[in-house]
Amino acid sequence: MMEQTEEIRGEKSETRDWEVVSREDRRTVGIPFVDNPRMTCRNIDVYYGDEQAIQDVSVDIGNNEVLSMIGPSGCGKSTFLRCLNRMNDTIDICRITGEICLDGMDIYGGEIDVVPLRAQIGMVFQKPNPFPKSIYDNVAYGPKIHGLAANKTDLDEIVETSLKKAGLWKEIKDRMDQPGTGLSGGQQQRLCIARAIAVSPEVILMDEPCSALDPIATAHVEDLISELRKQYSIVIVTHSMQQAARVSQRTAYFHLGDLIEVGETERVFTNPRHQLTEDYITGRFG
Amino acid sequence: MNNKTPDSSRQLIQKKLARRYRTEKWFRRLGAMAVLISIAFLGILLVTIVGKGSSAFQQTFVKLDIHFDAEVLDVKNLSRANYPGLVKSNLRSLFPEVKGRRDKKKLYNLVSNGAAFQLQDMVMGDTSIIGRTKSVWVPASDDVDLFFKGKISRDVVESNRRIKDIQLKWIDRLQTENRIEKRLNTTFFTAGDSRDPELAGIRGALSGTILTLIVTLALSFPIGVATAVYLEEFAPKNKWTDIIEVNINNLAAVPSIVFGLLGLAVYINFFGLPRSVPLVGGLVLTLMTLPTIIISGRAALKAVPPSIREAALGIGASRMQMVMHHVLPLAMPGMLTGTIIGMAQALGETAPLLTIGMVAFIVDIPGSFIDPATVMPVQIYLWADSPERAFVEKTSAAIMILLLFLISMNAVAVFLRKKFEKSW
Ligand SMILES: Nc1ncnc2c1ncn2[C@@H]1O[C@H](COP(=O)(O)OP(=O)(O)OP(=O)(O)O)[C@@H](O)[C@H]1O
Ligand SMILES: [Mg+2]
Repeated sequence: MMEQTEEIRGEKSETRDWEVVSREDRRTVGIPFVDNPRMTCRNIDVYYGDEQAIQDVSVDIGNNEVLSMIGPSGCGKSTFLRCLNRMNDTIDICRITGEICLDGMDIYGGEIDVVPLRAQIGMVFQKPNPFPKSIYDNVAYGPKIHGLAANKTDLDEIVETSLKKAGLWKEIKDRMDQPGTGLSGGQQQRLCIARAIAVSPEVILMDEPCSALDPIATAHVEDLISELRKQYSIVIVTHSMQQAARVSQRTAYFHLGDLIEVGETERVFTNPRHQLTEDYITGRFG
Repeated sequence: MNNKTPDSSRQLIQKKLARRYRTEKWFRRLGAMAVLISIAFLGILLVTIVGKGSSAFQQTFVKLDIHFDAEVLDVKNLSRANYPGLVKSNLRSLFPEVKGRRDKKKLYNLVSNGAAFQLQDMVMGDTSIIGRTKSVWVPASDDVDLFFKGKISRDVVESNRRIKDIQLKWIDRLQTENRIEKRLNTTFFTAGDSRDPELAGIRGALSGTILTLIVTLALSFPIGVATAVYLEEFAPKNKWTDIIEVNINNLAAVPSIVFGLLGLAVYINFFGLPRSVPLVGGLVLTLMTLPTIIISGRAALKAVPPSIREAALGIGASRMQMVMHHVLPLAMPGMLTGTIIGMAQALGETAPLLTIGMVAFIVDIPGSFIDPATVMPVQIYLWADSPERAFVEKTSAAIMILLLFLISMNAVAVFLRKKFEKSW
């Protein structure tokens, strides 16, 4: 059964190159797999209690790649993203089946420790969630608990570069001891980005990092993403198709828990192969 | 779907608006009324207690010119000397006309038994006093004290009066000689319990209460917080933890006397700890306050937003680090509130302490956790139960001290909460 699906997804979709897949067909079209992947996800099902939120999703995340995930609200983008660093472990009713590997290691395997895993796979959440501590402590917390800084100067430097990368340094460099929760929504989001990159993760998961940002800050974060891509892999959820087009190499379109289409960003936006994808990007959805 | 025009919608809203405001107004009035009623009752309580109790902070004293007779006071045997004799002979010399045993007894009854102890303390403290004459203010007896505070009236028929006519005459004479007056009652704050109201003090019960509460706090706060954290953050959610939760909630509602009996059976009968001591009292009250602290602690932990937990876990904090660095500090104010509620309950608890013997008549002020002691509410109960009228004001005064204690405890809690409180 499983092998059969694999076959349909992997190869047959290629043969359907010119023919748009109908709305009723929920199998993934496009190129979900890449050579030499950083992370591989195979046949992921996610349930919240009895409700299934993700159905049989298989996709790879390549090295030095930005994968953007788009789709209508409630389609399971956040849910899928949170599986990638086991954040869903914290939700009691959430159950995951399938296999997710980082560098060939099953991250849900018994011998895996989630603590270093989450330092390796950083996350920026959909809602900004700074700690009710000072701005400095917010960014310094990660390096501190992981022992990344040898001394105070080291730590100061990590904090400064992280804040600079997140494009927040100029605004707050004179009030590092003020509470992070006192910042504006957009500033809080950038603070969370700084906090995530302060532990130098290898894969970064970003859940709508720019939804509360102005165009300038957005541009800054997008520059950051392009910069980070040189070393890391990034998965970004976004509602802005322009943003997906600007920053990502590949785009995945989710629809009601199904991964409908994955492919080169340009190709997906200019020449979608699935009717649902076309509906969504042309604004005909809903 | 919506067939209302903006115009008709606005009219509908207007029509409803008046009613919405009216409901709000009524609700506010009801609330204000409830507050007023509670304030009124609180006022009545305070007025009666302060009215009855404030006189206890003063005490009537009589001035005697005591000659510390070297013949009576044998330096080698000072503790056995006849101190009451000193007082009595002095009284006789003040009123030389008094003859007859019954009248003399009435005369001696003007001053408290405590006068002799006071002289003894003076002599033992400074033997150089022997052979000299000194004016000493000694406490008057409880009846004289009551009379002097206007609680015994002259107009009552003599047979119904605790102060007889002849004693009235002596008191009047003492007054004209400026030998009798009301002074600050330091005894009340420095002495333990006594059969004589004028010698009874709250200090013993206060020390007992403080010692007991220290034991209670030292045990119930860490155990309660640890239990709440474990159950809320670490324990698997299954049948067993459900059963434990139900049981803890039930324990919070168990009558306190049951905890007293449990303490008696376990701590005293099984472990053989001594009776009537603050240690056992604290242990029993710990059993009683633990459910309160655990329940409020869990509620406080539940109230910490999940986004903070996710933030901590998301950058690779372990569960323990998440709890210790982020969740617990945010839950601390709520936990402190629960703790202070529990401690306030413990402060006012009488029943469970009766069963473990903390109701005994104890004169000495407890100095350690294993000295026999009583606590304030029990002391109040004992005094309220005493036949002597002079204990009425002591009872109210003790209640005032208890309330003050409670207020200062709450003030500390508010201060701590303000210190820990952070917005998120
Ligand atoms: N903690 C949860 N408990 C139960 N159901 C949940 C939970 N979180 C999400 N869901 C459900 O899972 C589905 C997918 O939600 P998810 O948050 O992944 O959507 P999303 O694609 O991120 O939407 P949006 O673009 O609005 O953020 C939704 O139907 C939602 O109701
Ligand atoms: Mg989402």
